[in-house]
Amino acid sequence: MSTLAHVFEAAGIATLVLASMADVAKKVGPPRVLACEFPLGRPLGKPGDAEFQHQVLQQAFSLLEADEPIFEHFPEVVESDEMPMACSLPPRDDPKAPPAVDEARGLISAYRRAVDRKGVTAVGRAIEPEQIPAALDTLHQWANGAAWKDVELPGKNTVAVCHDIRAYYLEAALELVGDLAPGGRSFDAWFYEVTEAGKTILEARRALKAQDAPFPFWFYMVAGHLE
Amino acid sequence: MSEDRAATRGDDAMRQLASTMDAPEFTSTSFTKLDKPLSECRVAIVTSASLHRPDQERFSQGDTGFRAFDRDDRNLIMGHWSPNFDHSGFHLDLNVVYPIDRLQELADDGVIGEVAPRHFAFAGNQPDTVSEIRLDTGPQCAAQLNADAVDVVLLTPV
Repeated sequence: MSTLAHVFEAAGIATLVLASMADVAKKVGPPRVLACEFPLGRPLGKPGDAEFQHQVLQQAFSLLEADEPIFEHFPEVVESDEMPMACSLPPRDDPKAPPAVDEARGLISAYRRAVDRKGVTAVGRAIEPEQIPAALDTLHQWANGAAWKDVELPGKNTVAVCHDIRAYYLEAALELVGDLAPGGRSFDAWFYEVTEAGKTILEARRALKAQDAPFPFWFYMVAGHLE
Repeated sequence: MSEDRAATRGDDAMRQLASTMDAPEFTSTSFTKLDKPLSECRVAIVTSASLHRPDQERFSQGDTGFRAFDRDDRNLIMGHWSPNFDHSGFHLDLNVVYPIDRLQELADDGVIGEVAPRHFAFAGNQPDTVSEIRLDTGPQCAAQLNADAVDVVLLTPV
């Protein structure tokens, strides 16, 4: 973002950078920076809070009054709420299926309601929603000792498939909790700590690492700090 | 907030990692001073959230290109490849990443002159050198912003 600011300024366009990583913005040094310590992925700070978003924009636009490069901090910090969100999961339906597979099947109605309401979905990078349970079945097998070269993953690209599974759960979960909007990282905490799907992805990732699968194949399946 | 749970350290870990990574250095800083009041300026948003419409090509891993969309588009998908940040905020309210409704309100109130007809998205996860963005796709996007007579760009990171 800060790099683009340099490019745009050189082309005669004034820029304002909302920086989520103040240290990086300082290094790259675009001319007008408002550093905001908000949850990563939320550069305006608070979803659904137009008043707060306007406060951020007001300070950002005020930087245009300066006659030289300027770097300010937005005074309010928004911390990530990192406790798992409260969201009930479907009860066990098919005891013969791996728990994550059963769980994902149980969320399809909520997921479809979400897509009907919003009109768009982030699922589909590698697999369609109907393939989520099959993908989790493969990850379950990898987690339980199957060689990744022997059991093929629908969609093949592990990073893209894990993105689709996470997006499927996100869209279904937000539909289930309604207006109880989670804080930053609260969904991720729920997904990786509470759901069978998230736990299966983490276990499969550990298994791939142990099988000496190529680094990009397993590392980017989840956030880098998770193990 | 508990300190010992892995999920609690996500943003801190990312900020720590980013602060140790190489960043592109610029020997000079271009500075474009506005020659008219903000209330007469046309404003565009450029985000690194990999936003795209469902009918547009998805962002690939390592995509150095950009997507343009219309100021009326709201059916946007966040196609970012990094698993390292929150996606739920965008699903709840796209303005937390792409404050297009806020911009329209500022135009309606006369604070800014006008919302630009088109807005743009890049992918936030770029090769370390960002040379393609500096030398190729960034200038291409700047040319399109200039073609739309944009005065001010608000950059929002993801």
